[in-house]
Amino acid sequence: MSGATILVRPLTPVPESGNYLTAGRTIWSWLTSTDHKRIAILYAISITVFFFIGAAAIAVIRFELLTPTGQYISDDTYNKLFTLHGVVMVWFFLIPSIPNTFGNFLLPLMIGAPDVAFPRLNLFSWYLNIAGGLFTLYAVIAGGVDTGWTFYTPFSTMFSNSHVLAAAAGVFVAGFSSIATGVNFIATIHMLRTEGMSWMRLPLFVWSLYATSLVLILATPVLAVTLLLIVAERWLGLPIFDPAHGGDPLLFQHLFWFYSHPAVYIMILPAMGVVTEVITCFARRRVFGYDFMVYALVAIAGIGFFVWGHHMFVSGQSPYASLVFSFLSFVVAVPSAIKVFNWTATLYRGSISFEAPMLYALGFIGLFTIGGSTGLFLASIPVDIQVHDTYFVIAHFHYIMVGGSVSAFFAALHYWWPKITGKLYDEAWARFAAILMFFGFNFTFFPQFVLGYLGNPRRYHVYPPQFQVFHVMSSTGASVLAAAYLLPPIYLIWSMRWGRAAGDNPWGATGLEWRTSSPPPLHNFLNPPKVEQQPYAYHPEGRGPVPGSRTPYRTQDQPS
Amino acid sequence: MSEAAGALREPWHSLSRQREAAAFGIWLFLASELLFFGGMLLCYAVCRYSHPQGFLEAARQTNIVFGTVNTLTLLTSSFCMAIASEAGKSGLRRLAIGGLAGTLMLGFVFLVIKGLEYRDDISQHLVPGAHFALPQLGAQLFFSLYWMMTGVHALHLTVGMIIIARLVLVGIRRELPLTSPEIQVTALYWHLVDIIWIILYPLLYLGGRA
Repeated sequence: MSGATILVRPLTPVPESGNYLTAGRTIWSWLTSTDHKRIAILYAISITVFFFIGAAAIAVIRFELLTPTGQYISDDTYNKLFTLHGVVMVWFFLIPSIPNTFGNFLLPLMIGAPDVAFPRLNLFSWYLNIAGGLFTLYAVIAGGVDTGWTFYTPFSTMFSNSHVLAAAAGVFVAGFSSIATGVNFIATIHMLRTEGMSWMRLPLFVWSLYATSLVLILATPVLAVTLLLIVAERWLGLPIFDPAHGGDPLLFQHLFWFYSHPAVYIMILPAMGVVTEVITCFARRRVFGYDFMVYALVAIAGIGFFVWGHHMFVSGQSPYASLVFSFLSFVVAVPSAIKVFNWTATLYRGSISFEAPMLYALGFIGLFTIGGSTGLFLASIPVDIQVHDTYFVIAHFHYIMVGGSVSAFFAALHYWWPKITGKLYDEAWARFAAILMFFGFNFTFFPQFVLGYLGNPRRYHVYPPQFQVFHVMSSTGASVLAAAYLLPPIYLIWSMRWGRAAGDNPWGATGLEWRTSSPPPLHNFLNPPKVEQQPYAYHPEGRGPVPGSRTPYRTQDQPS
Repeated sequence: MSEAAGALREPWHSLSRQREAAAFGIWLFLASELLFFGGMLLCYAVCRYSHPQGFLEAARQTNIVFGTVNTLTLLTSSFCMAIASEAGKSGLRRLAIGGLAGTLMLGFVFLVIKGLEYRDDISQHLVPGAHFALPQLGAQLFFSLYWMMTGVHALHLTVGMIIIARLVLVGIRRELPLTSPEIQVTALYWHLVDIIWIILYPLLYLGGRA
């Protein structure tokens, strides 16, 4: 390196070959690119398509549920629509959402690397994901699947007359895309950190990706093998869970939830990482308790492997097992609570401004807290027996997955949009959409807590008339929510053409990703950055942020 | 271009770092693979616990001769693979390619024997279904798991053989730099497939034969 000749590292390296967006302009150049930034965009496009497919399915359902009797669609279609919604939203939107778009785009930038450890594997993972998605879409077009996203036996293996095999194959294939991503991220974080980027200087978003990847690698294969056994039993007639031959259907549930509970943490951990980045930036504060934020992320990923039995309290499993699972489910709430308290403490005496990403992030904290606390209701066995398989459960996990993960996804989208595209979006519209989303969300899902408590079971096409008022509220809210989802694509795409140039660091943030141009050059940095700092040095230690100032005290590559 | 430079890929600046990353990455993948087989092993444990007699009765029906010969074949193939891996690191081209070719051949022998064994099993009605040979409850579960575990294992072996065949081919054409981490990474994968078999062998062949 000609390090001696470069006395001052230029703040804005002007790449000779333009940026990653202009490095090749044909569609082929995108489909064969091993650049992590382009693969992130490929994922962003495909998950957006899947998101709107999943949303369309639930829109029909919410419309149908305006009245207590089934009017517009048959019971069969109803079952197929909620299965489609679940399968697509879980495996083709939520699981890849933040890790594969923002994780892919930002992980190398945040640690000062030119790319991920295995760039070709990264591209391959996208093709696997698309192949899995196509299998699933085939299942839908060929007639649909009616098992629910959980594929419970013996219904899925013996009785369902729908396209279980294609859907299971789709999820199976997509699982290997998850594993490839997990391997890639962990290897990247271990092997490609730039000089000075020690473990306890990693931005918390990177830590959250690390914890997520652990879960991806260790939980996903169990889902894969379980689905394989379902396929074997249904297709090849090899009994494994069939009670007629001495098999145990509960064994399937154990295996399924051994993946599917940790999968919730695949969805929420990266969201927590995003929220930490956004809160610190818009409160202009160092994060409160960095070390504990790290431990909490890893603890959630670890303990999350041992709580799956709380999905099975009414299944007939041993009450002693239920007792242990109940206890552990309370335990996993502790690190989550640490994170909520630390975000709140980070806000304390901050110099807060309410740009759109911050609105989404603040919304996240509130909604995640409600989702998390209602999770404790469900972790306590007597309460769970009352509300098991009711709308209470639906409301609970949508507060986590939609109120939490999707809010954080939009926070990330707005926060890093200037970096990804080099353009600024319209702040007024973005704030409006953020607030609309918050109200639309609560309007949709809060009534479902009441519905569930009153005893309306989930997955039912018809319901007693006294529940109608809550269903009407929920459906109305859903249309508000839909409007809030349709707004960002419009003004964001508008900004790509007509938005103002963003500059390298529009938010005055401290991370390395803001120390390169927007959009970044093909290899991210013209000179590998050297890290000198903790990640969130927004103000000098011991003194708070200067009110109104948007200049960070030290970015990560500036010495103290 | 020197051989070392030929093995270097984006985004790495040094070959040793790249090799370290490749080995690390494959270990992560192997951890994932262990959980994949772990799911089936758990099913085996649970079903055996529920039906100890059916499982012992069923295990007596597997073909121990084929199973044992295959165990020896696979262990020997792993030995060849280890030679290839070490020879590659030391730059001994002929020995490395010879080791890989030996592994490939023994893998093929394993699959042929496995095929003969499958034919035998089918002729003895050991495929679960209406014409299954054994009446005990649990015996069908055992053979479901037998077919799935050995089938998935054979699939892994086949994937390994395809990768090794490619390595042999590019090795003979001198397109493969011996310093490339690919040989070591493939070796790690092959050893895992071997280890899985070492777990499957007692579970499927030795039960009920004491």
